[in-house]
Amino acid sequence: MRTYITRRLLLFVPTLFGASLLIFVLMRLVPGDIAEILVYQTGSESSAVQKRQIEQIRRELGLDRPVATQYLAWLAGAVRGDFGYSYSQRRPVNEILAERFPRSMELATVTLLLAALWAIPLGVVSAVRQNTWLDYVVRVLSISGLSLPIFFTGVLILYLLVRVFRWLPPLEYVSLTEAPVENLKQLIWPALAQAYYISAPIMRLTRSQMLEVVRQDYVRTARAKGLGERAVMYRHALRNSLLPVVTFIGWWGGRLLGGVVIMEIIFAVPGMGLALVQAVSYRDYPTVQAIIFVMALIFLTVNLAVDVLYGWLDPRIRYG
Amino acid sequence: MDEAGALARFAQRQPLGTAGAVIVVVLVGVAVFAPQLAPHGPKETGFAPYLPPSAQFPMGTDQIGRDVLSRVVWGARLSLYVGLTSVLIGVTLGALWGVVTAYVGGAPDSGSQRVVDSLMALPPIILALALMAALGQSVNNVVLALLLLLVPTAARTVRSVALSVKEFPFVEAALAAGCSHTRVIVRHILPNCLATYIVLVTTNVSYAIVVEASLSFIGAGAPPDEPSWGGMLTAGTQAIENAPWLVLFPGVAISLAVFGLNLLGDAIRDLADPRLRGGLG
Repeated sequence: MRTYITRRLLLFVPTLFGASLLIFVLMRLVPGDIAEILVYQTGSESSAVQKRQIEQIRRELGLDRPVATQYLAWLAGAVRGDFGYSYSQRRPVNEILAERFPRSMELATVTLLLAALWAIPLGVVSAVRQNTWLDYVVRVLSISGLSLPIFFTGVLILYLLVRVFRWLPPLEYVSLTEAPVENLKQLIWPALAQAYYISAPIMRLTRSQMLEVVRQDYVRTARAKGLGERAVMYRHALRNSLLPVVTFIGWWGGRLLGGVVIMEIIFAVPGMGLALVQAVSYRDYPTVQAIIFVMALIFLTVNLAVDVLYGWLDPRIRYG
Repeated sequence: MDEAGALARFAQRQPLGTAGAVIVVVLVGVAVFAPQLAPHGPKETGFAPYLPPSAQFPMGTDQIGRDVLSRVVWGARLSLYVGLTSVLIGVTLGALWGVVTAYVGGAPDSGSQRVVDSLMALPPIILALALMAALGQSVNNVVLALLLLLVPTAARTVRSVALSVKEFPFVEAALAAGCSHTRVIVRHILPNCLATYIVLVTTNVSYAIVVEASLSFIGAGAPPDEPSWGGMLTAGTQAIENAPWLVLFPGVAISLAVFGLNLLGDAIRDLADPRLRGGLG
């Protein structure tokens, strides 16, 4: 087990290296840089003066160095946990991460909790009462959840909130520690919209797993020894069918940090995703690279945690 | 049995899949006959802006006076074009990549796995956004961005299938009979990955369509004058208070298309790969 975890952790290194290099190269291919944006923003006629200003900014930021040198410099900082200085926000990137990360993390966590809380029981009920009207309702719900793109549901929810409840997305973000109730009021709608989408595959998976497990021999044995239907379903069937569901939810959890970006845009939640989209448009290389690095790291860590958890839940799994 | 009988049996066994097939046929029909079906051109302006749905404009007109119905109809063509080209090219490239690296094994295989790991560790929408920013906004660049998302997933899935196919005795027999490695890959391993290939293609078209629309939504998709459903919906959100139809019709169009493709994809998955049965059916 320990060797397995160590080997997986060692694989983080090439993966993160590859991912950061890829984003670094992609961002350098984006036409224009922060110097041009800053200088041309001021609006004065383009001239030799502006050219000189641009060159000066590039020199100050180190953008005049060869790209390979820039990458190595960035990498040297990143491994020490120093992601440099944001071009557009004019403060350390670590400060931006510290501010934005908890917000996106909270949104992602609330979303997953909501989705799991409503999808797993419905999936179970749908399987236990297979081919009844209840089952059909759940199946239609899950198919429709998969088919409605999240930005469409998000925009519709926002429209209804504004129209019917005269609710407006708040201008100022309040944190969970400052004002818990206000904070949850802010996050509940984007979380619900996203949870509706995620709950669909969870529901489907729970249902199909339950249906498969119910046909296993040990379930028949449990019934044969005279165990009540309730005990058979919840003690024997449910526990075993939840394994893949746990993996799946974990996989989503790792993805969700990057996935909540559309909700952050619609509901004006100033999280990591929103910061990332803005940083891309400002060609704010350090911020983009840092946020994507953190997202990739979270994804890998969560995946590893899920695999370890899976082995712990199911002793039949051996790590080779 | 004749073909009508086979179709009837399919309809009976897969009622949801049949519904999906009907929706997809309509979608393809609309896409193919867009020039005949749409009353106006997709980029044709000159009508009064923000006209509500009426007999003349069944879906109203948009911000700059274009007929929404015509744009929704042409949008079917754009969505299907992006969805089909990206998935067919992406899954094919990914499948070849997966089969070849699985067959070769060793250092090239683990090296390629690290590349796949790196690509898959990045959040998909963000990766596509960065690529769009680098390449510029055009319909074909959306296809390229989608390739970057689809190829690694397909490579990983097909590789795992090819790894198990490789161990079958018939591969050893073919090699013993003097087949070249190329022939073993083409004649023996690839055909055994066909079911996985078909499942990957059918389940990913709707994903590609949603990603295309999502890219438009974050302002990094097809250029704004192109009739992209996602782009129309996004532009419409600015005016949702006064002209909700600008959001409603493109949104319903995407949802219906994705709904139909999902239903059909699930049915095909059940037929192509019984091991994966379960799903919606």
